[in-house]
Amino acid sequence: MFAGTVVFALINSSILILLAIGFNLTFGISGVANFAYGALYIMSAYLSWTMLNLLHLPFWASAALSIVFTTISGAMMYRFVLLRVRGQALSEVIATFGIGLSILELFRYLGLVGFEYTLPVFWNESFMIAGAYVDIQRIIIVLIALVLVLGLWLFTHFTSTGLAFRGIAQDERTALTFGIDSDRIATLSVSFGAGLAAIAATIIIPLGSIAPDEGYDVLIKALAVCIIGGLGSTGGVIVAGVIIGFAERFTDSYIGSHWTMIVSLAAILLVLAIKPSGLFGQQKELEERI
Amino acid sequence: MKKRRERIDRGIKARSEDVYALSSWREMLYLAGPRLLPAAAFLLLPLFLGAYWQKVMISVAVFALLAISWDMLAQTGMISLGQALFFGMGAYVSGILNFYFGMPPWIAIPIATVLGGALCTLILTPVLRLRGIYFSMVTLIIPLMLVRIIEATKIFGGTEGLSGMTPLPSTLTEIYLVTGVLLGVLFGLRRLMETDYGLVLKGIRDNDRSVTNAGIDIFWFKTQALFISSTIGAFAGALMTHVYMFVGMPVFALDYSILPMAAAVVGGSGTLAGAALGAVILVPLSEALRGIGGLRIVMYGLFLVVFTVAVPEGLFDYIQRRYHQMERWVEIDQ
Amino acid sequence: MSLPTTLRVENISKIFGRVAAVDHLSCEVRRGELVGIIGPNGSGKTTLVNLISGFVKPTSGRILYNGQDITYTAPHKIVCMGISRTFQMVRPFYHLPAYKNMIIPLYSPRVRQLAGGRYGDRNAVALDLLEEVGFERDANVAYKPAGTLPQGYLKRLELAKAIALSPELLILDELFSGMSLAEVASVVPVIEKLRLAGKTIIMIEHRLKELFRIADRIMVLNYGQKIADGASTEVMESDEVKKAYLGSEG
Repeated sequence: MFAGTVVFALINSSILILLAIGFNLTFGISGVANFAYGALYIMSAYLSWTMLNLLHLPFWASAALSIVFTTISGAMMYRFVLLRVRGQALSEVIATFGIGLSILELFRYLGLVGFEYTLPVFWNESFMIAGAYVDIQRIIIVLIALVLVLGLWLFTHFTSTGLAFRGIAQDERTALTFGIDSDRIATLSVSFGAGLAAIAATIIIPLGSIAPDEGYDVLIKALAVCIIGGLGSTGGVIVAGVIIGFAERFTDSYIGSHWTMIVSLAAILLVLAIKPSGLFGQQKELEERI
Repeated sequence: MKKRRERIDRGIKARSEDVYALSSWREMLYLAGPRLLPAAAFLLLPLFLGAYWQKVMISVAVFALLAISWDMLAQTGMISLGQALFFGMGAYVSGILNFYFGMPPWIAIPIATVLGGALCTLILTPVLRLRGIYFSMVTLIIPLMLVRIIEATKIFGGTEGLSGMTPLPSTLTEIYLVTGVLLGVLFGLRRLMETDYGLVLKGIRDNDRSVTNAGIDIFWFKTQALFISSTIGAFAGALMTHVYMFVGMPVFALDYSILPMAAAVVGGSGTLAGAALGAVILVPLSEALRGIGGLRIVMYGLFLVVFTVAVPEGLFDYIQRRYHQMERWVEIDQ
Repeated sequence: MSLPTTLRVENISKIFGRVAAVDHLSCEVRRGELVGIIGPNGSGKTTLVNLISGFVKPTSGRILYNGQDITYTAPHKIVCMGISRTFQMVRPFYHLPAYKNMIIPLYSPRVRQLAGGRYGDRNAVALDLLEEVGFERDANVAYKPAGTLPQGYLKRLELAKAIALSPELLILDELFSGMSLAEVASVVPVIEKLRLAGKTIIMIEHRLKELFRIADRIMVLNYGQKIADGASTEVMESDEVKKAYLGSEG
């Protein structure tokens, strides 16, 4: 049981990292907390579903199109809404939350709930690892999580857009004087975050079904990981993802499934009490620029 | 010839600004009207309403309290996405006191108000050390997690909740209790935010660095604001436990977070009265729109976006301006 | 030099990423002194002020105020101990009248403590303080929204806010920049009056001529280190200072 639990804990951790990394990326670069993140995740899943089942496109095409479309809607959300309240963090919170709420509740109103609303798995097979049956979809999740984390690291360290991202993240004013267009970078950051949500949806949704409530769940999970790891820190997301992922699986196996949420909540409260900015966080008590 | 709009104060505003206001009934009415009218409406209306609209009125007052509580926090620079936490905490504490310890409502409600407020403050205090959006993130997830926990561990009645609470003597008692508290909180907090203490709280929102540099512990002031605000929310919850004679998971539902926020944003945050006005508009509106069901929440979401981005000052500010000032077109020299 | 030491900075460093903004710096300020700190842009002057006022915590080293270690004390407590500072970038509450901007410092626990538990009429005190720094009472400048005032007034508002806290040690971060010559001339007497009242003052300044006229002692920083310390005339003769200034601003 122990070895199997470890395997599933690893998978669970990968899922959490995948869910949180987009939210974290957007915040880390432009300081925008995208509370519509869960809604974008669900929206992309419904988009794929629609193209797959109503337009009868092949799965890879509908997945790709929905990722592209979600990325674009992230950019549009920034251009048409967030740009007008840029810099007013409190208004940004309300606006993104309002957008997310509208999207999710619209889907709920349309009544698109049920087992038939799901996406196909990539490869429907499973095999034994460490005494547990693991389907290939879950292995793919772990691999894609690894690839994305590695890819992001390479992107932000070796490409000029990625370096500009880091520049803005470190010091927006100085970056401006070097001719980096902070609005363009912020647009990109929100749309990349949305794109990552869509990628996560494409590979994680096949394990369950698409439901508006799932959108709130995804947001909660992403926030929990970011709070524990420290907002804006990629390393923090990975460590926090692993911590929560393992804690949840082990409580599930050894104590009982209904204790998992308590473990997450306890972890959050504990981290807040001991190190409010999260394990790797650098959030400040005061405004940073003095 | 170009024209522009110019705003000037009405004569009566200038006349009633000082002690001279006491010289005539007209000026006194001008000053007192906007305060007396809603108060009178709240106090007289219940007598003429049917049972259904009396319940709606309780709901209006409860959401107005939650919206005011939201606005109070917003003015101190904390955006709560989880008013349901305050509401639910008050509701559960009062419910538990009544259900398990048999306390009558007139003891359970005050205790739940203070204890619920204190519990919320305690949970959220660590977040106050951080700026900006952390508060929003934590307030959003904690009530949603509490729901899951109650569901999973089956404490306090689990998914069934606790029912059979002692009700208040009559609907009119309920109405007058909640409207009395609402009016007291509204005028009291409006007064408080105008004092130097209120200035410090608003200062924390605008420029925390400057307030710290004045030797003021912003953490302590934020804690106080949070306690005031969560106490108000907890009262609303505690009262509703006895109105519904039931407390259960729905008290932590997103509705109690969203509607107050929408009310405050539509009415205009930063005035407290705007928050109450928003509740007076949105709650009956959502009763009238019962037919469209879930679309109402979509509507609130859109309100949040549109008002935040396009009309950040909200309705109350507009009404206030029209009351005190008039507009006219004047020519401008080229 | 037998006066007691008000502020002692011991071997302090602050490293941002890979850059040492302040690099093993030590210095002392005695009671009643007016010390000027100069140096090229980016030499660590403002970081030093942030370290002393507690807004930034050092990587290593310590700071003593009247013999007490304040290195890790919270900024608001440092203010209440009697160190107050102005900011180089002023950001008042733009929508409030200038005198209302004074209310928050006047609400400080330090002010109440010094007044024996009473605050008094804060508005009146605010207006008096503002008049002292040159807000003409006849022209009702103090009643205008801070957002409509020119930079020179905002700088003086910043000064008035710091004075309102009745500090023992006053740190002025580039107070004169953004002021006209006439405004500087009107503020200098205010500073001299504070000196007569026995206050210790540290001034960071780019306007050297005005600074040299009032400072007892000048410290020169470059790359986070102290490169000279002494009377203004001898400091400016130092080769190292000449190099630093000619090299970067010349």
